[in-house]
Amino acid sequence: MIDLLRGFMNWLFEPSIALTLTIVAVWALYRYRRVCTQNKIVGGLIVASPLLFFFFSAFDPNFWIQFKRPDNIPIAGMMFLVVFFTWFALKLAVDNDDRIREGRPPKEADPEEEEKVFVWPDLVYTELLCLLLVSILLVVWSILIPAPLEEPANPQLTPNPSKAPWYFLGLQEILVYFDPWLAGVVIPTFIIIGLMAIPYIDTNEKGNGYYTYEERKSEIFLFQFGFIVLWVFLVFEGTFLRGPNWNFYGPYEYWDPHKLVPLTNINLSEVLWARWLGIGLPSFWLVREFVGIVLMLLYFVALPVWLARGFLRRYYDQMGLMRYVIFSHLLLWMVMIPIKMYLRWTINLKYFVAIPELLFNI
Amino acid sequence: MAEAKAQKAAGTAAGTGTNRREFLASFPFVTAAWVAMTGALAGVGAATLRFLYPNVLYEPPQQFKIGLPTDFQVGEVSTAFKDRFGVWVVRNDEGFYALITVCTHLGCTPNWLATENKFKCPCHGSGFYSSGINFEGPAPRPLERAAIALADDGQIQVDKSQKYLFEQGGWDDPSSFLPFTA
Repeated sequence: MIDLLRGFMNWLFEPSIALTLTIVAVWALYRYRRVCTQNKIVGGLIVASPLLFFFFSAFDPNFWIQFKRPDNIPIAGMMFLVVFFTWFALKLAVDNDDRIREGRPPKEADPEEEEKVFVWPDLVYTELLCLLLVSILLVVWSILIPAPLEEPANPQLTPNPSKAPWYFLGLQEILVYFDPWLAGVVIPTFIIIGLMAIPYIDTNEKGNGYYTYEERKSEIFLFQFGFIVLWVFLVFEGTFLRGPNWNFYGPYEYWDPHKLVPLTNINLSEVLWARWLGIGLPSFWLVREFVGIVLMLLYFVALPVWLARGFLRRYYDQMGLMRYVIFSHLLLWMVMIPIKMYLRWTINLKYFVAIPELLFNI
Repeated sequence: MAEAKAQKAAGTAAGTGTNRREFLASFPFVTAAWVAMTGALAGVGAATLRFLYPNVLYEPPQQFKIGLPTDFQVGEVSTAFKDRFGVWVVRNDEGFYALITVCTHLGCTPNWLATENKFKCPCHGSGFYSSGINFEGPAPRPLERAAIALADDGQIQVDKSQKYLFEQGGWDDPSSFLPFTA
């Protein structure tokens, strides 16, 4: 029975299934936000879900090995904090949405609800207490669980698995699916520039200074997709699911360095010329990668135009050409990440366009 | 102010003719202070520049001998020179080649997994056949080969300063492969 449950959970955490479930969970949280935040049982289960998962998983000896590592403990704590604060913000947003629908101002702007306190002593005392408590927590933590110091670095011996610091695990995961210059330079730059560009792209003033969901549904969902699915989930995955040789391991699976996973990658050009047409790869790269180049042009050039006339027409009208171009390309790059992950996991597709002669791969 | 003036007046009156301030000013203290500060700053600057250079350099020799051709077994991937020289020496049916132990993805050192018959990188999961061809994970191109030749004393000599890249046709170069001659 317990083995069956273990096997089921390991299956559930296979990357393609876990990523899909995360996306569905974020979608369902916002779609069924009223039940999720106002029903005490459902809300309590959501907030407690990371605690329940880590508590019951800790009884599994294989999970315990990874969980008790000093650098992994804060990740477990972070999962609880992310779920709790996502849920809590949504709860406040749902309350405000109800007030706005009744024609009242949001709670933060309502003079009747206004709660003002003095800086001294109320705020400064609270800050002092927080400072003391956090300091005590950090001191006790650092005494009980010492930092994991390792032997001096050896350039000829890379630890197996070799993990980035936790906040870079999302980038390390993206590096598996993209060419190094894309995943290491272009995409991080897009993430930073994209975050900085948010106030210039999203100029909707609704939601400034108060919680709301219904006044800016797609913006909030889009941001949470990028944050929870493409960052927090990838940090979790990199911490608990990536093992020796950077293979995937279920949470209750032993990290066997000799686990054999068939991962033979193929490029789109190889699928097309060798597998479908059966005539071998043309030597000239432009001919060889023609279909992939056309596909990428369709994705990055034709798709934004098509979306501007259809699905994203409202955004195009509001933003104007320049801002729409920036917005759509940031969006397309973001969606490209799960597309490439799914294609690698399902059909082992490596690159749409592979031109190693020019060091250009997508 | 008045008090200070009074003290100054008292100093002159009680002293031997020169007051304390004039006595101190007769030494080039200010000049000395400037010199000392400049010297200290120069010292800090020099120490900072020195800090940019490593104390210990890990520089394995670029050219080295790895033994006689008969020391290697057919089909063997020798990891014996990985730590010292950073190469794997592979002996296939026809001869020898030396693969440089740097993953072509982001430069980690892969491991040779003899049971799986492949090189596997622990950083992002790139996999290479014993030939050096990349077949799994993100590495965009095969491992690089080093120049390999027979030295005068009959030993195999590897030269890492000469690299041969598959995608540039370098593996067709005769220096990238040493045929076995009995």
